[in-house]
Amino acid sequence: MSELVSVKQVSGRPIPLRGNDIDTDRIIPARFMKAITFDGLGELAFHDERFTADGEPKDHVMHDPRFIAKGDRVAVVNKNFGCGSSREHAPQALLRWGIKALIGETFADIFYGNCIANGMPVATADAATIERLMKAIEEDPAHDLTIDVEARTATYNGESYAITIPDGIRQQLLEGTWDATRVLVAGAEQVAETAKNLPYVDGF
Amino acid sequence: MASTLFDKVWQAHAVRELPSGQTQLFIGLHLVHEVTSPQAFQMLREAGLSVPYPERTVATVDHIIPTHTDMRPFDDEQAEGMMSAIERNCKEFGIRLLDRSSGDQGIVHVVGPELGLTQPGMTIACGDSHTSTHGAFGAIAFGIGTSQVRDVLASQCLAINKPKLRRVEVDGELKSGVYAKDVILHIIRKLGVKGGVGYAYEYAGSVFDRMTMEERMTVCNMSIEGGARCGYVNPDQTTYEYLRGRPMAPSGAAFDRAVEWWRSMASESGASYDDVQVLDGSDLAPVVTWGINPGHAIGVDEKIPHVSEYDADDRQTVEDAHGYMGWKPGQTLRGTKIDVAFIGSCTNGRISDLREAAKIAKLGKVKSHVKALVVPGSQDVARQAEAEGLPEIFREAGFEWRLPGCSMCLAMNPDKLIGDQVCASSSNRNFKGRQGSPAGRTLLMSPAMVAAAAIEGAVSDVREMIGEEAKS
Repeated sequence: MSELVSVKQVSGRPIPLRGNDIDTDRIIPARFMKAITFDGLGELAFHDERFTADGEPKDHVMHDPRFIAKGDRVAVVNKNFGCGSSREHAPQALLRWGIKALIGETFADIFYGNCIANGMPVATADAATIERLMKAIEEDPAHDLTIDVEARTATYNGESYAITIPDGIRQQLLEGTWDATRVLVAGAEQVAETAKNLPYVDGF
Repeated sequence: MASTLFDKVWQAHAVRELPSGQTQLFIGLHLVHEVTSPQAFQMLREAGLSVPYPERTVATVDHIIPTHTDMRPFDDEQAEGMMSAIERNCKEFGIRLLDRSSGDQGIVHVVGPELGLTQPGMTIACGDSHTSTHGAFGAIAFGIGTSQVRDVLASQCLAINKPKLRRVEVDGELKSGVYAKDVILHIIRKLGVKGGVGYAYEYAGSVFDRMTMEERMTVCNMSIEGGARCGYVNPDQTTYEYLRGRPMAPSGAAFDRAVEWWRSMASESGASYDDVQVLDGSDLAPVVTWGINPGHAIGVDEKIPHVSEYDADDRQTVEDAHGYMGWKPGQTLRGTKIDVAFIGSCTNGRISDLREAAKIAKLGKVKSHVKALVVPGSQDVARQAEAEGLPEIFREAGFEWRLPGCSMCLAMNPDKLIGDQVCASSSNRNFKGRQGSPAGRTLLMSPAMVAAAAIEGAVSDVREMIGEEAKS
C-alpha cells in the first residue's frame, strides 16, 4: 500500500469556475472514459465547454490568459459542484489539469468523497465568502490561493477567508489516512464478525 | 423506540467507527461494470491486495457494449480494451462476470434485481450513481467512485458518513397515463436537484404502496438526480413476491426465514426522521423536462418557466438552459419536434416499461424523420419481451429493437445523438452533451410518452393516445 501522505496545506494559482449544479458529465464527458487508466484526462477537463465541435477554443475561463499559469491550482466554485454521475474521472481530470484543491459553496456527496479519496482538500464557505473570494481573484488573479487544512482558512492576496472542513475529513488529510483502504483492510477480523451476524451472508 | 429501516440496516452493517468519525460499513453486495472498475483492479494489483469476499461481488458489462451486434472484437478498440480488461480482472480475482455469453448480461441495475441478488436489508455498492435503484427493495444502496470500488474489493467495506434521513411521502392516486417516472421527476422538481444533498430518501405513502417493484426501481433510480445518494422503499408483500423464485434469492424454508428477517428490517410507525416532505400524486400530469438538469421539469401542458419564476440560486442555470435548449420561456413543449426516441436505460428499460411503450407503439408508425430505438435492460428482459411478441410490435411500428446495454443514456457505445438533435428519452439525465453530442438536447419522460412522441414526431400527451387505445 502507498505511504501515508499528509495534506496540511495546498497552494496554487486560483481558477474561478462559476455556476451552480455543474455536473460531472460537463467536467468530463462520458466518451472520454473509454480507457482503463485515468491518464490523459487533464487536457480533456471541461472539454465541451472549452472547445467547439471543430476543436476551436471557446471563450472559457480555463483559456483566459490570466488563469493559465502553469503549476498547481486551486479552484473556487459555487453550489452543488460535481453533481450527477459518480465518475471519479471528474476529480481525476481536474487533478491532472492541476487543480489540487477546491473551495465552494456546496458539493455533491459522491464527488466530494472522490476528491478526498485522492487527497484533494475540499473546503466549503458561505455564498458571500465565495463571492468575495471570486471577485478578489477576478480583479487580480496573479497571486496564489492557499488552503490551510490545519487552520481551516483560505488566504488570498493578504486576505483571509473562513472555510469549513469537517473534523473527520481534516483529520484524514492531516494524518494522511484519506486513502481509506489501509484502515478498512486492517479491520478484517471485525468485518468477518459483522458478516457472521448478517443472516443473508450464509443464505439464511 | 421505533426505528427506521435505514437505521437498522446501518447498525447491522456497521463494523466499527473509524478514527475519522466515519463508519466502516460492510457491503453485502458489490456490483461492478467495465467503466469504473479497471483502475480499481489496477490499484489492487499495485498495492498487492486480494479480494477477501469475491462471492459478494458480481460484474456485468453495460456501458460501452454495442447494442447492434454481439461480434467480438468490437469495432471500437477502446471499448474492446475495456471489455478485455473486465474479463481479465474478473478471472484473476475470481469474480462472476455476466457477459453476453452467460445469458444474464444487462444493465447492472436491471440484472441485480432480476437475478434476486438485490434483497431487502442489504447494503449495496456499485461504481455508478444509479445504484440507488436497488433501494426499491429496502436495501441501502450507494453509488461510489473508483477508489471506493477498490476499497470494497479489498475489504468488502466502505468508509462513509451516515447521511440524514428524509421521508418523502406521496399520497393519492395516479391518473391513467401518469407513471413512476412522472412521480420521481415531480419529486425532483419540487425538492430540487440539490435538495437531497446529505440525505437518504425514504419513499412512502399510498402511491409507493401500490407500485410494482419495477415502478419502485424507477423512482429509487433517480434519487441521485435529486441530490440524495440513496433512496429506498420499505419492503412489503410486493417485494417478497417479486423475489420468490428468483435464481439468487433464497428458496424453500430459507425463503420464509428471509421474509421474516426482511419484514423485521422495515421502518416502524412512529419512527423519527430528520425531515418529512409530503406531496400529492393525484393531480400529476405526464412530466417532461425542458432544460439541462432533471429538476427542469414541467407537466406536458405547462409553459416553460421564465427565469424570474426561480430562486436566485437557480437563475443562472435556468438562463443557461434556455440558451442551450433554444426554447422560449412561455411556450409549452407540446408539439416540439423530436429527432430521436430512446426507450431503455436503468431507469426505464424493464419489461413493464417496454409493455407500456408497446401499447402506444401499436397505435401508429414512427414518423419518418424520427430515429427510434428500443434497448431492453437485460438479456432476460429481451427474452420476456420476445416471448410476448413485443419486438415485432416495435419493429412493425418503425422502432429498432436492440441488444441490451446502457446505450444512448450516456452514449459510450455507438448509439449517439448528432449535432443538436432533440431526443425524447426514457433515461435519467438531460445534462448538456449527455447523449453523446456536445450540443444534443434531451427531453426526459416516461417510456409511454417517448413512444407517443416517436409516433407523433413531436412531444405529445400520451393520455390522449391511451384514450384511443381504450376505444380500439
